[in-house]
Amino acid sequence: MLNQIASEVKATMGIYEAQEDAVYGVMAEFAHPGELLHAAQSVREAGYRHFDTHSPFPIHGMDKAMGLGNSIVGWITLGGGIVGLTLATWMQWWMGEVSYPINISGKPFFAIEPSIPVMFELTVLIASLATVAGMFAMNGLPRPYNPLFYSSNFLRVTDDAFFLHVAASDKQFNLETTGKLLKDLGGKNIETIRDTGEED
Amino acid sequence: MDKTLAHLADFHDEAPLVKGNLTFHDITEIVSSHTEKKTPLAWYGAFGLALSGLMLMIVMIAYLFWNGTGVWGLNNPVGWGFAIVNFVFWVGIGHAGTLISAILFLFRQQWRTAINRSAEAMTLFAVICALVFPGIHVGRVWAAYWMLPIPNQMGMWPQFKSPLLWDVFAVSTYFTVSAAFWYVGLVPDLATLRDRATGFRRKIFGVLAMGWTGANRHWRNYEKAYLLLAALCTPLVLSVHSVVSFDFAVSVVPGWHTTIFPPYFVAGAIFSGFAMVVTLMVVARKVYKVENIITLDHLEKMNIVILLTGSMVGFAYIIEFFIAWYSGVQYEQYAFINRMFGPYAWAYWTMMTCNLFFPQFFWFKKLRRSIPFMFTISIFVNVGMWFERFVITVISLHRDYLPSAWDYYTPTFVDVLTFVGTFGLFFTLFLLFLRFLPMVAVSEVKGVLPQADPHFYDHEGDGHGADHTLDVATSEKKTAH
Repeated sequence: MLNQIASEVKATMGIYEAQEDAVYGVMAEFAHPGELLHAAQSVREAGYRHFDTHSPFPIHGMDKAMGLGNSIVGWITLGGGIVGLTLATWMQWWMGEVSYPINISGKPFFAIEPSIPVMFELTVLIASLATVAGMFAMNGLPRPYNPLFYSSNFLRVTDDAFFLHVAASDKQFNLETTGKLLKDLGGKNIETIRDTGEED
Repeated sequence: MDKTLAHLADFHDEAPLVKGNLTFHDITEIVSSHTEKKTPLAWYGAFGLALSGLMLMIVMIAYLFWNGTGVWGLNNPVGWGFAIVNFVFWVGIGHAGTLISAILFLFRQQWRTAINRSAEAMTLFAVICALVFPGIHVGRVWAAYWMLPIPNQMGMWPQFKSPLLWDVFAVSTYFTVSAAFWYVGLVPDLATLRDRATGFRRKIFGVLAMGWTGANRHWRNYEKAYLLLAALCTPLVLSVHSVVSFDFAVSVVPGWHTTIFPPYFVAGAIFSGFAMVVTLMVVARKVYKVENIITLDHLEKMNIVILLTGSMVGFAYIIEFFIAWYSGVQYEQYAFINRMFGPYAWAYWTMMTCNLFFPQFFWFKKLRRSIPFMFTISIFVNVGMWFERFVITVISLHRDYLPSAWDYYTPTFVDVLTFVGTFGLFFTLFLLFLRFLPMVAVSEVKGVLPQADPHFYDHEGDGHGADHTLDVATSEKKTAH
């Protein structure tokens, strides 16, 4: 049960489990963003869930085509901001009022007004760091080992190539039918990705 | 009727952001090749020069640490000299990078993609140069850690009611967040370099790119994070120079104690920063042959920002003067008369000429599209903005209240050479950046090409404005051949 939840969470990050025969998935190349968008939509409509598109830049409308909702990174940012604001308020109050109060021209040891700049800065600081850390965590990065890297064609994904990968962990996955579906959608260079765990 | 509509459509169609009908691969090639080719001899020459500047700065700082702040030209009324002037100057320069990367992103100004990477790099390096000064101007450098809320043997904490401490938080937050934003933007491009590299180089970029595969599940979180960082950076960048201005405005020195300072400092920061971006880009786009990506249109847009912010700054100068008169406070009035006609009038008029007069030439389209002319103006603005900080800091201090306390401030060779040395630090870092990292945000530029839009391919490639642009570019290319 727990393993299943963990693997589903990992799947949202694009980390899939290979089958017993080391098959990780099937990958096809598409000619341009328009074809890729169409293919993603069709694969989704065919009932697949563990699949992802890979492109050199984000493609407008792809989240909708893949049936992905809004990213939750925003909530992590909010959490970071609240932590930063609380920390700054508590720090200035505790250091000024509790730990070592110093009377400077009769000003209050702690007041909101002069504390606002530091409160603002720490809110932004912690919220930003939480955003960056949260984004990488949601994406399952850093991930130095990825079976997709076995494909030498996949090197072009950061240049000018567009790929769709259906993972073997999907309930509907079948090496032949999935491969045929991708071919029918116009996919070229259809490859079976194997998670052999070897260095290439 | 049809003709009118077509005319309207043409009016709304923006000029293509990338010139020369480049493909995705061309962009990868143009940008990446500069990090992969053999280091050109000219780079070594420039780097050697920059490195000697950095050495000069280190020697001057060592000399300062050995002897104490007496080697600077500071005297009794003028306790803030070059160190503060240079600090404000460098922090201000940084602001353009964040404006381009964050504020223009929120306003969906897609032309920013060509220049945001190098402008953000400029921000980081300028802030590093700025951070040198608060560290060394405290006098007792071994106690510089008192600026941070670190437990110490005295059981004391920093004084949070002091604007100087707000500044520590503002500038260090600014640096950290800018660095994080920059790195996030770099990740897809580091992956591009990784996939093109072999051997050891591949391992280095492999680590830096964190295993990026361009997955849409990743882009989804990535774009959200990028948007949020832009939204956080926007108030941050406005706050940083506001807080820097509090260092002055919260005090009671005539010429400093004004409420106009925060917006006026922010406008000035953007003004000086854009001038620096123009100075650097005019040279870099030529040397690195990226004129099709950083086009004349980009430079023109930056010149318009210079004209706008320069006029805002000029307006602030005049309002400041008016308010001094209107306040009826004798000290305040004298501070401004003294700026114009006192012993530092030369500095004031240099500032006025460079910041208020010269940018006005950019009202003329011909001039703001002329490369040599804009380069000259950008240098004038850089000089003028340094003098603005000199005017604010030194002229206000040197004659404050009682004439018996007045004095004239002259910088020593240590002051001057330390400042010259920071340019060495800046250019050392900038040249390393140009040599080893992609100077243009490759994935973002690809994203604004017309063929990046999935609907570009609908209806077999016609009937869309984006397609039209490409067709024109293609036919132009055909006639050229």
